[in-house]
Amino acid sequence: MTLINVEDLDKDYINEAVVTHVLDHMSFTVDQGEFVAIMGPSGSGKSTLMHILSFLDRPTTGKYYFEGKDTTAFTDDYLAELRNERIGFVFQSFNLLPRTTVLDNVKLPLLYSKKKNHDQLAKKALEAVGLSHRLDYYTNQISGGEKQRVAIARALVCDPAVIFADEPTGNLDSKSGNTVMHILQQLNDQGRTIILVTHEMDTANHAKRIIRIKDGHLVADEKVKNRTIATPDKELVK
Amino acid sequence: MNIFSTFRLVLRTLLARKGRSFLTILGIVIGVAGVIIIIALGAGAQSLVLGQITKLGTNLLSVQPGKSNEKGPPSQIFGIVVTTLTTEDAQAMRDTGRVPHAVAVNALVRGTATVVWQNKNLDTTFVGSDAYYPQVVNISMREGRFFDQRESDGNANVVVLGSTVADELFGESGIDPIGQVIKAKSASASDAGGVPLRIIGVISPRGSAFFQNQDDQILLPLAIGQKQLLGIRYLQAVNVKVDSSEDVEPTRGDIKQLLNERHRIQKDVDADYTVRNLADAVSILSTITDALRLFLTAMAAIALLVGGIGILNIMMVTVAERTREIGLRKAVGAGNAAVRNQFLFEAGTLTLLGGIIGIIVGVVVAYLIALLMRKLGYDWSFVISPVSVVLAVGVSILTGVVFGLYPAFKAAKLNPIDALRYE
Repeated sequence: MTLINVEDLDKDYINEAVVTHVLDHMSFTVDQGEFVAIMGPSGSGKSTLMHILSFLDRPTTGKYYFEGKDTTAFTDDYLAELRNERIGFVFQSFNLLPRTTVLDNVKLPLLYSKKKNHDQLAKKALEAVGLSHRLDYYTNQISGGEKQRVAIARALVCDPAVIFADEPTGNLDSKSGNTVMHILQQLNDQGRTIILVTHEMDTANHAKRIIRIKDGHLVADEKVKNRTIATPDKELVK
Repeated sequence: MNIFSTFRLVLRTLLARKGRSFLTILGIVIGVAGVIIIIALGAGAQSLVLGQITKLGTNLLSVQPGKSNEKGPPSQIFGIVVTTLTTEDAQAMRDTGRVPHAVAVNALVRGTATVVWQNKNLDTTFVGSDAYYPQVVNISMREGRFFDQRESDGNANVVVLGSTVADELFGESGIDPIGQVIKAKSASASDAGGVPLRIIGVISPRGSAFFQNQDDQILLPLAIGQKQLLGIRYLQAVNVKVDSSEDVEPTRGDIKQLLNERHRIQKDVDADYTVRNLADAVSILSTITDALRLFLTAMAAIALLVGGIGILNIMMVTVAERTREIGLRKAVGAGNAAVRNQFLFEAGTLTLLGGIIGIIVGVVVAYLIALLMRKLGYDWSFVISPVSVVLAVGVSILTGVVFGLYPAFKAAKLNPIDALRYE
């Protein structure tokens, strides 16, 4: 089933009467259960594309159908609701709340949702990333790899249709990065759609499909031939 | 996001920055405490003044020698001695044909004296009075009686003690003061050895009135006070009790007419006496209290304004500091309203806490002041009006919300993409 369908997507930035075409007539679809890497050098427009796909930004022209619905006419508040219920975010710099426990960080999206049993849902999400033993730790007491796994648990907690991971291994050593990619692959194996944004080939090879963009154009859309399967560090996943 | 979870979130954020939160609300604390204290003091002073009106009676006129503004201070204060008010004037006022509404007319002199009993010395004030004193001033006798007209006219060597004087002279020995003889000496006394006086009564405690302890005085016959202690022939005051408050002003006119005739005065400006209404003195006091209260309320309002600006400032800093947090919250689904409410709640909670602490501080200080005033002998009541408390809480929350609005809207308007990238 088609989850994401973009047609003729354009994004222009106007800065002091100078128009910059960041995205130029981009069209593609992503099906449910896919693991897609959006790849490109910095300045290629991949971040802008991710922001539009995750409802943080709007296209200048073009259509974006999410789960079959045209999202261009949705209000800001409805887009916020969609982000809450259907989208999970994993950022390069984790973006965890300081002076707050692991459990409370994971519960954050639930504050803005209609869901009940917050503790139970958050504990389940933390279990999925192997952090059940860190519930009451503060975010400054855990390692970088663990922080990113908390962020993944936070992305999972509202049971989203798709998880956007923006350079999730960018701030991590290779061992921790490997574990994070392993968790993402596991989630995908369980049927979760994942869209990875990266500029590294090594990272992108963990996905099943790569969309390459350059200067706002889609230059290639291909299946990954020799897919890297991440093997987790035994010590990190307890 | 419901109110309860917003509140919990806000509380956790504020507790994480205890020191800063406290300093932020200090201005509000001071402002609110000021409001509470001022309102409590105002109420206390008012009840004190009202209590004194009832104690002295509003139907009281006081004739004093010397011309002065009826609402200003008496001329004696400026050291002017006017000797034209006499016992005969007082006697003339008792003529019901001339002053029909006068119930009682009491002629007085005052001074300071040293009283001696056995080996005890005591400096106190004395009142030389005729027998009408108890009819003009509400007193009750603890023991004995007041001197009568025959005693006061005949210069009998008798004295009535205020309760403080009686306690200080006789309290230790346990001897009944009635029948004992004390000696009263004054600086201007003609008799260097002192005037011997037999105690015939002790007045029940009356407390202070207009900054004077009425229990720390002795009362003796007018002529003894005038001639033997002060060495004068004139009067220092004639107090007139009027039958009802409506008749106070007509009686003032009657007295003026009578005294103008007796003193051969053609025009009011030449008068050598002043007729005062005690209610006038009370209204002067209330004017002063009201002005003071208004002034202090303005000060409190300024403190609240400054406190509010402090809140505005710190909330701006908070929003800037937490830009990434705001971006994250928006990314995970917080709408503009949720972000706005969070920061509004934060400002409101800060100032509410400030208000509550301010109320506690204010009530404690007002209570301590009341204790102090009572120790000084005033009948001071400790009044905290619920209105002032509600007002203080309301104003403090309002201050937070008003000064928190701009930062909260600023936070709500942040673009999540920019906010997430903010360093």
